[in-house]
Amino acid sequence: MASRYDRAITVFSPDGHLFQVEYAQEAVKKGSTAVGIRGTNIVVLGVEKKSVAKLQDERTVRKICALDDHVCMAFAGLTADARVVINRARVECQSHKLTVEDPVTVEYITRFIATLKQKYTQSNGRRPFGISALIVGFDDDGIPRLYQTDPSGTYHAWKANAIGRSAKTVREFLEKNYTEDAMANDNEAIKLAIKALLEVVQSGGKNIELAIIRRNQPLKMFSAKEIELKVTEIEKEKEEAEKKKSKKNV
Amino acid sequence: MALQDVCDWQAPDAQGPSPHLPRAGGWAVPRGCDPPAFLRAHGPPLAHGTTTLAFRFRHGVIAAADTRSSCGSYVACPASRKVIPVHQHLLGTTSGTSADCAAWYRVLGRELRLRALREGRLPSVAGAAKLLSTLMARYRGLDLCVATALCGWDRSGPALFYVYSDGTRLQGDIFSVGSGSPYAYGVLDGGYRYDMTSSEAYALALRAVAHATRRDAYSGGSVDLFHVRESGWTCVSRGDACVLYAELQEPPKAGEEEASEAGS
Repeated sequence: MASRYDRAITVFSPDGHLFQVEYAQEAVKKGSTAVGIRGTNIVVLGVEKKSVAKLQDERTVRKICALDDHVCMAFAGLTADARVVINRARVECQSHKLTVEDPVTVEYITRFIATLKQKYTQSNGRRPFGISALIVGFDDDGIPRLYQTDPSGTYHAWKANAIGRSAKTVREFLEKNYTEDAMANDNEAIKLAIKALLEVVQSGGKNIELAIIRRNQPLKMFSAKEIELKVTEIEKEKEEAEKKKSKKNV
Repeated sequence: MALQDVCDWQAPDAQGPSPHLPRAGGWAVPRGCDPPAFLRAHGPPLAHGTTTLAFRFRHGVIAAADTRSSCGSYVACPASRKVIPVHQHLLGTTSGTSADCAAWYRVLGRELRLRALREGRLPSVAGAAKLLSTLMARYRGLDLCVATALCGWDRSGPALFYVYSDGTRLQGDIFSVGSGSPYAYGVLDGGYRYDMTSSEAYALALRAVAHATRRDAYSGGSVDLFHVRESGWTCVSRGDACVLYAELQEPPKAGEEEASEAGS
């Protein structure tokens, strides 16, 4: 029965589903994981890097993109769809600055992206965008923000979230380990993002891409070396925690 | 065009005649119509000529104006309002064609209100000035005459912008607009300091407009004085221009002289 309601997405199914939108969300679940964390003075985005073919130039695969100096986003899902959305968002950021003299707020650009996605769920001949996005940044009032959008065009603010493959596992890890006090420390926020990704990523730090924005500072992408340093730090902490535990047991 | 494809933007001329009314804020001008030539040949002399001034200082922005609306050599209204509130923290001084100023300020008010509802906060004064200048720039060459100073208090503190109907948009500390502006500038440039007290600022503004109304035929009537602070705008006073000038000419009172002697 479901197949009859797949054709044109403007059609509801009898029990109120928009199947194309739900299928788009399935496509998102196949994409590589992305994690976003909102600290007190920092926002962190981490993504799982798919291993590239031997002859492929790694630098051309970018999953964390700046939308403006103070906003950036990561996505999970179809890369081509993401490219279109990111282009439109970048144009909107500059148009907003041109018309109203102020840079966009993170909520504004999230709402723009979500409205764009919703438009594609309500016109004939088009299919929804197959991406979920994590959008982070600081507003000019200095407050950090993290938003998530999904193919249906809804958006919510989060303290920490994950999208893509194994999002559920990562989100449960974040729920267990996210504390407001820890997030007041920038380094802890970065390490939490890496730890969350290490849960689901094979072969450790090599397959992680990380970016941060600090208040009043531009986007900073971490180099592979810096990520390795953090991973080493995390492993050391784990070992010390193990040692303490074993001492207690003895 | 690449931008057109990406942004769904349509060049206005590319739109043919349509049964729909122009988009809100836009007025269609019939093709072949040449408003400036028509007005010059058949229209009444439009209201021009005024003295308005605005300056920003530590404690906010002062806006002052005369109240004479002239139509050629005829005084259409001796008590008009040339300082128009846009919202709680934004005033505009108007000069040029009164009708144009009134209409465009209402359009600006609507745009700002819509944005405030959508975004949860009002645009900054810089943004309001940008909106006004882009709204009017579409009608360039059609004889709009709006020369205005937007005075407001936003997240960046006291802000002052000058906007002209050809699209000029300037930021500054002191602006005076209108036929009486040279006289006002002379007084303002002589007495302006960013660190004035509010009463010094009021006195400076009143003195500038009074001198301008004295010498400029198209300025007169009363003097309006407004002050925009962090808490919003207030109308400080509206006083007759001739009375004000006479008061300025009086020598300082005896009591004041004693006070200054005691001080020194």
